[in-house]
Amino acid sequence: MIYTKELTKSYNGNTVLNIEELTIPKGQSFGLVGNNGAGKTTYFSLLLDLIKPSTGRITNNEIVVDESEDWKPFTSAFIDESFLIGYLTPEEYFYFIGDLRGQNKADVDALTSQFEDFFNGEIIGKKKYLRDLSKGNQKKAGIVAALIGNPEVIVLDEPFANLDPTTQIRLKQILKDLAEKQGVTILISSHDLMHVTDVCERIVVLEKGDVVKDLKTSPATLKELEVHFAGRLETVEEEE
Amino acid sequence: MIKHFLNLEWKQYFRSSYWQKNLALNILLVFLALYFIVIFLALGFGLLPILKKVYPEQDPFVVVNGFMFFWIIVDLMMRFFLQKLPVMSVKPLLTLPIKRSTVVHFVLGKSAFSFFNFLPLFAIIPFSIMLIADGKDSSMVLTWMFTLISVVLIINFLNFIIEAFSAETELSFLPLIAVVGTLYALDAFSIVSMSSLIGDAFIGIANNPILILAPLAILLFCYGFNFKILKGKLFLDASLKSKVTEVKVADLAWTKRFGDIAPFMQLDLKLIWRNKRTKSSVFIMVIGLLYGLFFYPQEIYRDLVWIYPFIGIFVTGIFLINFGQFIPAWDSSYYKMLMSQNIKYEQYLRSKFILMVLSVALMFILSIPYVYFGWKILLAHFAAAIYNIGVNSHVMLYGGSFNRKKIDLNQRAAFNYQGTGAVQWIIGLPLMILPMLIFALANWLVGFEAGIAILIVAGVVGIVLHKKLMKQITQRYLNAKYKMIDAFSQDN
Repeated sequence: MIYTKELTKSYNGNTVLNIEELTIPKGQSFGLVGNNGAGKTTYFSLLLDLIKPSTGRITNNEIVVDESEDWKPFTSAFIDESFLIGYLTPEEYFYFIGDLRGQNKADVDALTSQFEDFFNGEIIGKKKYLRDLSKGNQKKAGIVAALIGNPEVIVLDEPFANLDPTTQIRLKQILKDLAEKQGVTILISSHDLMHVTDVCERIVVLEKGDVVKDLKTSPATLKELEVHFAGRLETVEEEE
Repeated sequence: MIKHFLNLEWKQYFRSSYWQKNLALNILLVFLALYFIVIFLALGFGLLPILKKVYPEQDPFVVVNGFMFFWIIVDLMMRFFLQKLPVMSVKPLLTLPIKRSTVVHFVLGKSAFSFFNFLPLFAIIPFSIMLIADGKDSSMVLTWMFTLISVVLIINFLNFIIEAFSAETELSFLPLIAVVGTLYALDAFSIVSMSSLIGDAFIGIANNPILILAPLAILLFCYGFNFKILKGKLFLDASLKSKVTEVKVADLAWTKRFGDIAPFMQLDLKLIWRNKRTKSSVFIMVIGLLYGLFFYPQEIYRDLVWIYPFIGIFVTGIFLINFGQFIPAWDSSYYKMLMSQNIKYEQYLRSKFILMVLSVALMFILSIPYVYFGWKILLAHFAAAIYNIGVNSHVMLYGGSFNRKKIDLNQRAAFNYQGTGAVQWIIGLPLMILPMLIFALANWLVGFEAGIAILIVAGVVGIVLHKKLMKQITQRYLNAKYKMIDAFSQDN
């Protein structure tokens, strides 16, 4: 589904991302982990054509993302709060996104009604603008908006951050269902190794822009990741 | 502490992406400032001989003081629209060991160094020197000079008080108009002769230096009042966290008739109505509509035919100029999202275009009563409206692709009441002056009808080429896409 080839991104000669080759097949739930500055958000921004690659390219369903816009109808994303329109209510925002994705109000209502549990009664029908919601509730609205219009590719940057424990667990279930039952390709990034190993079939570790690990998730994966990140920490401490 | 603040200010100014990319605008501002300085200097040196010539039998010093009232009123008006309280991002400072009062004192102190406060000095000081040279008692003139300087500062702080109150109300111009209108009415209907009262006060102080304590007391009071207002706002929950407002839902189903751009039109209308800053551009329309009343009732202006299109462009295009120049920055806070969505740029821009055209049409219809002052005015307004639709709207959209300054709708900078400054008005000038020049030339060479015809033809050409122009403009936006996303994701 998503094929990355010889992709680099550098700012003033400083390379922040360098991926030789990466293939994400359709229906895979794909997790990206790495410390700050590893290049996770950069990769997602490149995938969404928000920044221009220095070299190489990403193809999304055979479409080169920085040459054509035809990937947009089947791709959706929630990167951060800047994806929300603060002066709309959550419902209006959902309808707006629905309009852009060719869904009428009834379609959108049908979708959002499935997430009543997830919203925990704090989003729909509250007559509040998105800008007045808490960070966590904003995130919930943004994530659900990314599910509108049956996208085939969903990109979520740090979906678990800022959410309360109950919502985190519900979100994990939602993401698993999407990948398993509906064949949606899901790309998420996270700092929470436990969540990401729970949700993703495959985990790629980025370090300073390079892919250093590419793991198929198994019961041993969490341990391996913990050792990887802890090991790095120890060597850093020794150096100091 | 002050040193740190100054350091922060310096960095904020020179590191903003806005400054670096708008060098030309900054240079223009500097030239404008120089221009005004020269004008004021000339006024300062030239006023005394002029007054002696015009009012030979009166003491020029008394005459000048008679005009002080009008100066105060005009200065207050100008400042309200052009000057804003210096913005400082206070959120990061609140948790640091800095006294709240220090922050407020700094912001207020900084405002005292505004260009608006220095400008009058360029007239006041030379005029005082001329007075002394003319044989006036120097201690008296000096007292008078210091009184004026303190009045300048009083106006400075009074303006912020008015702005603070206008930020509270929906009709943001109401407090200013109430204050200035009352003062002017008192004077104009000779209920209280404000102009001679104020004039006498100035002369009284000049003769009795001890009375200078009165303006100083007023100044202290104004400063203290500002201090109180601002200090009260220096809490996160007071100004940074916006009030939770009940949503008013309006039925915007009528936009459906615009077809595929309906979602964007609905979004734009909500944008305008639900954010203070955009809402003020709606209220500015009222001011714009009344703008003609400053000119047309007076015989002198009614004879200046070439000024009609200028006023016409202003009256019918005020929303276009005000709203249009921040396209697409209005959407800057969620620009990333728009760019990753399944939208056609052309639809997005067309929605803005339609909105501007509708506003021009509406303003033209509302301005029809000006026909009372002559059919030529109506004709000129019509031509101006066509020109606005055909030419200025496209220019605005095109210019928008150079827009690199983010507008933060969600979180208002702590002390930013209006969010608009002198720059905004300067950008609008060429849009109004160019058609005026074209018209004036044709009017002078051929005649009134020819001038009107040229403006209409220019507008119609723009309308005919609309599809083509939009294509070009859309391409510009596409080319600037990454740069815009990058600039809009930066703060300041």
